[in-house]
Amino acid sequence: MTGAPEKRDESQMIASILGGNTQQFHDLIRPHERSVYIMALSLLQNEADAEDAAQEAILKAFRNLAQFRGEAKFGTWLVSIALNEARGRLRSRKAVAMRSIDDIPEGQENVSPALLRDWREIPSEALERKEVRQLLQHAIGELPLIYREVFLLRDVEELSVNESAEALGISISSVKVRLHRARIMLQQKLVPQLKQVNPKRRWFPWL
Amino acid sequence: MVIECKHVWDYISGYLDGTLSPEVLEQVQKHLEHCEICSAILDSTRNILILTADERVFELPLGFSERLHAKLEAEIRGLHPNTPDLIDTGNKD
Repeated sequence: MTGAPEKRDESQMIASILGGNTQQFHDLIRPHERSVYIMALSLLQNEADAEDAAQEAILKAFRNLAQFRGEAKFGTWLVSIALNEARGRLRSRKAVAMRSIDDIPEGQENVSPALLRDWREIPSEALERKEVRQLLQHAIGELPLIYREVFLLRDVEELSVNESAEALGISISSVKVRLHRARIMLQQKLVPQLKQVNPKRRWFPWL
Repeated sequence: MVIECKHVWDYISGYLDGTLSPEVLEQVQKHLEHCEICSAILDSTRNILILTADERVFELPLGFSERLHAKLEAEIRGLHPNTPDLIDTGNKD
């Protein structure tokens, strides 16, 4: 026997599904559901629309599974289908005023971090508080789309730089530049907010 | 070579990802040793990335998975109407 028994072999699963074992598609997509939904949400910014787009993307992936070439990872392919699906819906929402994908020319704006002298770490326990989760969600939601997409793929869904580039159809250097800007923009926005949230209540009541 | 704060800011992302060249890394580290502002910027950025990567920030809507797999099941059966009804064992999703 080779390999760990728990290790998923997605290309083997795909071959099996294409060979007629279609039920296995349920298992194939399970680890990717979250990424698909979050990427749809990042574009559509509405839970119901994002769920609908995520479902449609996964159904499309099922119908078109034979077109998957195995050059990318299955998860990356799935995310790119979800992004296309969400973009299509975004385009058809013409009445809604929103930033277009191209309205910020890359390399034009200057991004500077928020300046501070010391940083008191905010522990992950703070995320138990809804207000802290909402601060983060809003800050990410307000990033221009080209930065939001990259940030979510790389820093939230933890795809590699290469996978992020593949999923978005952009170059690796664009991923790096956009990611850097996204991170600095978030630092700039969130530092003053998180600093204010911090002293009001103690994170650990026993301290 | 001494680098200014502004230049250090350009390297924050690369620093956090560990992708800086050894020469740049050394310059940045030297700067951080004596610059509390850049150190705080770096710490706060790292902290924010840890928080945003936490699964609790973005959660799937309640019942998302159930609704998705129900739709998928309908699709699978639609394409393969002869799939026998035998697979429904122990899957409690």
